[in-house]
Amino acid sequence: MATEVADSHGHGDVDYNAPYLTAGKGIKSWLLTVDHKRIGVMYLISVILAFFMGGMFALLVRLELFAPGRTIMSAEYYNRAFTLHGAIMVFLFIIPSVPGALGNFVLPIMLGTKDVAFPKINLLSFYIYVIGATFSLYSIISGSVDTGWTFYTPYSTTSNTSVVSMVLGVFILGFSSILTGLNFIVTVHKLRAPGLHWNRLPLFVWGMYATSIIQVLATPVLAITLLLLAAERTMGLGIFDPALGGDPVLFQHFFWFYSHPAVYIMIVPGMAIVSELLATFSRRAIFGYFAVAMSSLGLALLGFLVWGHHMFTSGQSEFSTMLFSGLTMLVAIPSGVKVFNWTATLYKGSIALTTPMLYALAFLVLFTIGGLTGLFLGALNTDIHLHDTYFVVAHFHYVMMGGTVIAFVGGILYWWPKITGKMYDEKMAKVSWFFVVVGFNVTFLIQFIMGSKGMPRRYYDYLPQFEIYHKVSTVGSWMLLVGFLILAGVLVKSLKSGPKAPPNPWGSAGYEWQGTESPPVFQNFRETPTITRGPYDYHLCTEAELFDGFPEDAPKEG
Amino acid sequence: MATAESADHGHEEHPKFLAHHFDTPAQQFDSAKLGMWVFVATEILMFGGLFVAYLLFKSQEPQMFLEAHHRLNREMGAANTVVLLFSSLTAALAVRSSQLGKRKQTSALLVVTILCALVFLVVKYFEYTHKFHDGLLPGRFFTAHLPEHAHNGHVLPQRAHMFFALYFMMTGLHGVHVILGISILTWVLIRNQRGEFSPEYFTAVEIGALYWHLVDLVWIYLFPLLYLVG
Amino acid sequence: METLQLPPQWSTFARQTDWVFYFIYYLSVAFFVAICAAMVYFVWKYRRKPGVMSEPSGHNNLLEIGWTVSPLVLLVFLFHVGYRGYVDLTMPPADAMEIRVRARKWAWDFEYANGGHATVLHVPVHRPVKLILSSEDVIHSLYIPAFRVKRDAVPGYYSTMWFEATQTGETDFFCTEYCGAAVGTSEYREGDPNVGREGDRRHTGHFSMIGRVKIETRAEFSTFLESILRPPTDPATGREVSPEVWGSLIYRSSQCNTCHSIDGSAMTGPSWRGLFGRSREFVDGTNRVADANYLRESILQPNAHVVRGFNGVMPSFAGTLRDQQIDALIAYIRTLR
Repeated sequence: MATEVADSHGHGDVDYNAPYLTAGKGIKSWLLTVDHKRIGVMYLISVILAFFMGGMFALLVRLELFAPGRTIMSAEYYNRAFTLHGAIMVFLFIIPSVPGALGNFVLPIMLGTKDVAFPKINLLSFYIYVIGATFSLYSIISGSVDTGWTFYTPYSTTSNTSVVSMVLGVFILGFSSILTGLNFIVTVHKLRAPGLHWNRLPLFVWGMYATSIIQVLATPVLAITLLLLAAERTMGLGIFDPALGGDPVLFQHFFWFYSHPAVYIMIVPGMAIVSELLATFSRRAIFGYFAVAMSSLGLALLGFLVWGHHMFTSGQSEFSTMLFSGLTMLVAIPSGVKVFNWTATLYKGSIALTTPMLYALAFLVLFTIGGLTGLFLGALNTDIHLHDTYFVVAHFHYVMMGGTVIAFVGGILYWWPKITGKMYDEKMAKVSWFFVVVGFNVTFLIQFIMGSKGMPRRYYDYLPQFEIYHKVSTVGSWMLLVGFLILAGVLVKSLKSGPKAPPNPWGSAGYEWQGTESPPVFQNFRETPTITRGPYDYHLCTEAELFDGFPEDAPKEG
Repeated sequence: MATAESADHGHEEHPKFLAHHFDTPAQQFDSAKLGMWVFVATEILMFGGLFVAYLLFKSQEPQMFLEAHHRLNREMGAANTVVLLFSSLTAALAVRSSQLGKRKQTSALLVVTILCALVFLVVKYFEYTHKFHDGLLPGRFFTAHLPEHAHNGHVLPQRAHMFFALYFMMTGLHGVHVILGISILTWVLIRNQRGEFSPEYFTAVEIGALYWHLVDLVWIYLFPLLYLVG
Repeated sequence: METLQLPPQWSTFARQTDWVFYFIYYLSVAFFVAICAAMVYFVWKYRRKPGVMSEPSGHNNLLEIGWTVSPLVLLVFLFHVGYRGYVDLTMPPADAMEIRVRARKWAWDFEYANGGHATVLHVPVHRPVKLILSSEDVIHSLYIPAFRVKRDAVPGYYSTMWFEATQTGETDFFCTEYCGAAVGTSEYREGDPNVGREGDRRHTGHFSMIGRVKIETRAEFSTFLESILRPPTDPATGREVSPEVWGSLIYRSSQCNTCHSIDGSAMTGPSWRGLFGRSREFVDGTNRVADANYLRESILQPNAHVVRGFNGVMPSFAGTLRDQQIDALIAYIRTLR
């Protein structure tokens, strides 16, 4: 029977109860796998590559800005460098990062199921990602793009760079994102293990679910926008061209109708990870579980209503400006709820400062800065002053990098033993944390001041009064590089010679740590689990459940 | 190990069509259906962008839209509407007969649906070639404002290219969906001929028909917007 | 006053904007310190100790509703003050002095009511100034940090912004909407403040669309307005251009071209081509040779002699065009044979 099922499913004759990493042999068993864990691993490798590529362009941009005038490249190449930094980081790295890599790996295990609802579509989504990425890379070698990642018309329709292939790449990547979201929505709705009610869903799942809704509803609008843009360039369609009676501001509306929700596609997964990390390393349920879960959905909803706050200076009507400013203010509510509840979770916990926890705490601090500086940009008259300055650059890096990237790294380290079956060098990981967090703040904190002093973004050259800020910022980017290189070293070393990980090294009550081995078997669970408690109910866990991985940490005196 | 194996795969009710990670056929069917509905939502939002652009430009230049839409062939559009509505009916009937296990009837209905889709495309082909001939093309290829393309001694304003830009984007994107729909229905037809469906398992028929209803639904909106400006 | 975070407050808006800025700033600092202090304290106090378990967590409706609703009050207030400041930013007084701003890759052109142009933005102090922006190619955005104002120049649209400077001095303006870059053809000059360099060539782009704002006293500003009516300087020679060339520039900048062609075709008014020295027949039946005196009269009192076949709809340019400019126009018309 088992073989028959497997055949109809395309698994070949895999051993369902072998560790997933070795359940099938050879490159083909990876490239054609429909196992969500292997697809997650392939995503993880891809997005890490994209991150290093995007990071390289960021370092080039910062290096160019080290001194005024020409430092290492011409203005035309500088424009390409920052465009590629943005486009790669947004479309190739950050949007697929958490859902594609960690979501794919962890979400079905958390739900107590063997796979996502549509495993083949899951694989398809990965290959669509690869094809989209190929188009984008082709664009880089065939003249590159200099429009900024926002592709504003009419600049993007008149630029003589390779815009169409980049736009098509992003268009294709969008479908990868849609299919992942679709898969997660159906999986959460239909494939939960027996006993796993909605109010027992881990907060990571809630976050992924909210993210998926945004992906499914917002991405198609980007798709049609980019299609129109490509048609505009190839056929002179005229929808966005004022010379032909079109409206360039319409492009901005369309673009931000996707790209603002996309900001929540990027940050909500980060928040989802942090909820897991804080609960595990405080050995305590997230305070106000229901509020935190609902605030993810609240952010998803609000994300659709605030796109106009990117256009306060563009000449949209005063009424819409007022409306969008008011709605934007509301975003602070669910964000604030999360921050308060996370902080309250620490109260009376049992806190272990492991590296993932340090990343979670760094997230809490950096996201708070990122969120609070959003208030300056939501209030109208201060936004007029700060719009399109380095203040905005700093703000979204605090949210996207200080938020999502920091959480993503924390998540990778947290689930690393589960994914690879290996432990990593905790001491060196902490050193990398130090460099990443300090380097990040050195790079971006000063950009707030530079921006509010009036330094516009996307400038190749600058006036002498801004030189000192740029110098500091560039030095910070080198510290970030050091931090990430150490982190890469830690992970490589762990793969090569890390000690074997126990099933539950952190003593977590989370479902993914309880019922599975490290790494999990091909079908995740030897027996379909029945859920009888919440994911953070530490007080309902037996000592054996919690201290399985930490014998030395178990209370001696009972 | 053996117990685990039997716990997961030993069910008598785990039939061939049921994928490894589903517990029951109902679960698999519901998942597929929900997945398709989510996908339909995605598609509607994709067309939504074009609808917004249409409404915006129409509100700016209602007179031009009115004038330009007279160049569309209302009869052909209406015929296509009827064809698509009929094909939606046959698609729904195909699901019904598949549910009842009538394999031959299902195939026949699917064939009718696919034929209707092809008729739609053929009509569309004639409409398109006529537009090409008249210079009613999007963007910079638009030449209908030139005197040689006068229609009953009447030329369109140059800005009418905007209407045709929207016309071609909307019907073109819809046309791509019709072609995708034909592929999906053909795939369903082949599987039906192979005898893969039964009253217990007809998910693909249901999903394919659902997709086809979407294609129909979009056209129901496109037809009055483009052909019946008033 | 210039602070660590913000540029000097040189417009009537600056105080209000900065008040909102610092209100949010101190609010944020207080909030941030509170969160961090709680976090650090909890992490230290509840660090993992052998034998000590965490206490079960839950939720507290009162507390949670409290920290959901109380920020709302602050947010409504913030929205209100931000919006009030914004309304002021969008409503120029009726008596504001208008300056027409044209943006293109990669330069700003400021046109004053007297028809003169400048690339440095001169504005009078203590007087509302309204800028009417447009763009010839892609989207640009004019940003004057010291005034706390910014507005996009969108092709195909006019947008407006206004301000009232509160003290004399010099400050910078920037383009804040990304608009590309190119390596120019002219040579880079050492000390050129507005452009980068690529080898020995000038390098222009988004980053070089910057310039100076000069806030002047009433007397200085009148002198400036006078000065922009003198012939512009040819960048190649460094000398003023010839009257004929200047005339051709005025032909466009004063918009003579909307009614008078230079290719012989009749528009609202007669064409200028071959006009000079030809005999004109007027609607009252008289004749006159189009010499310099006739052309001068036609510019200053257009309806004194209306040419047959045209309507007397031209406005007088007395007070708009100065003597020198009229001479330049006549010199230009003479070249149109």
